[in-house]
Amino acid sequence: MEKIAKLTLKELSTLHLRPTSFSVERAEIVTLNGPSGAGKSLLLRSICDLIEHQGDVMLNNISVRTIAAHQWRKDVGMLAAESYWWHERMGDHFDSISNAELSQLGLSPKLLKQHTSECSTGERQRLALLRLLQNQPQVLLLDEPTSGLDQGSARQVEALILDYIKDNQAAAIWVSHDPEQCRRVATRHFQIENGLIQEAAL
Amino acid sequence: MISLSPIDLTITSLLVVLLAITSWRIGAGVERKLLWAALRTTLQLLLIGWVLKALFTQSNPLWIALMASMMLLIAGREVMSRQQHSFRGIWGYGMGTLAMFVSSFSIALIALQFIIRPDPWYQPQYAIPLLGMLLGNTMNGISLGLDRLTSSAWQQRHQIEAKLMLGFTACEAMETLRKDAIRVGMIPMINAMAAAGVISLPGMMTGQILAGAPPMEAVKYQILIMFLITAGTGFGTMVAISAGASRLFDERERLRLDRLKRRSD
Repeated sequence: MEKIAKLTLKELSTLHLRPTSFSVERAEIVTLNGPSGAGKSLLLRSICDLIEHQGDVMLNNISVRTIAAHQWRKDVGMLAAESYWWHERMGDHFDSISNAELSQLGLSPKLLKQHTSECSTGERQRLALLRLLQNQPQVLLLDEPTSGLDQGSARQVEALILDYIKDNQAAAIWVSHDPEQCRRVATRHFQIENGLIQEAAL
Repeated sequence: MISLSPIDLTITSLLVVLLAITSWRIGAGVERKLLWAALRTTLQLLLIGWVLKALFTQSNPLWIALMASMMLLIAGREVMSRQQHSFRGIWGYGMGTLAMFVSSFSIALIALQFIIRPDPWYQPQYAIPLLGMLLGNTMNGISLGLDRLTSSAWQQRHQIEAKLMLGFTACEAMETLRKDAIRVGMIPMINAMAAAGVISLPGMMTGQILAGAPPMEAVKYQILIMFLITAGTGFGTMVAISAGASRLFDERERLRLDRLKRRSD
């Protein structure tokens, strides 16, 4: 029986992104790097169907077109480079979250009682990851999940994502500017330049 | 009823001229606007008085329908021009106009057919002022509500997209914005009802009393009108806001702020 890839891109393209086809298998992490403005976020946003695009994206061989958009985004979850919050208190953004989950990322439970504007960028970034993982997405689209974090926190975030991918047989596309990080987490690496994506050696 | 002569109005207009001169002397800079607005109000009201006079002498429903459509189209333009971010294309004009049409016309129809019951029901003396008051107030509610909706969608676009990324439906992502916009559209009417008779004497009632109507009759009409206007404004705002909120998203529940254009000011 032919193996079905977790996430498949078929000739996916947008205005500034040339047609791209590749697959990400179960438990696989594809890292993506390229100069700013090359189209990294554009690629992630079109995969989670937030912007208009041509071509097709499939999850377990089922096309995005056949699935309601909000359901697709629950399964193919995107972590944006900058996190945004809408309730007053941090904790209101979570249905339930354990202290263990927080401490895994070196976060204090006290944060949940704080006003969103009182949390630091790094704290918000890590909380945004926990918020996303609560949906139990099958595919993670990560836009620089550790940028701006100190080395220790970055490693904690890496460990959490790797565990999640392994435990849930999920797949990930991970945008990172840190070659060391790419080497640590990637099964494959892609380079993007002027909207053209190509597999590259690490 | 004591009739007013052109001389009476000329004397009153001197007060406005005096105000304009004072504004000019102290450098407030509104004298041009003031005089222009005073001139407009005079011409517009004389014109409408003349039209109503002509309209009242006959009872051809076609002329009344024409008048009503003109009022609706002008109100629709007004709604659009009050938006900081209006929808591109036909939607910018159509959304507010359609919402006003649905609410004002159906409320006016209910009032004429089942409550006031003039004979015939479209008798212009009742139909036109009633529709005018409904449109004027609905227009306010809809333009305030739509303006709030589009400007807060613009300001909170990142939050809305963050919600979408977490699998919220477009409807869920807009829930707080929609409620807020509806509230903003309805508050003026709620305030007007709460203040009526205590802080302000409503214009229509005052007018009827000045024209010699018994105060209790004027009060009853005023209550009727207030309720009609509130219902018209409320339902109209709700229609406009839900149309606007869904137009902000496409069939794939993507936030489409490119469907808005910023008013060049």
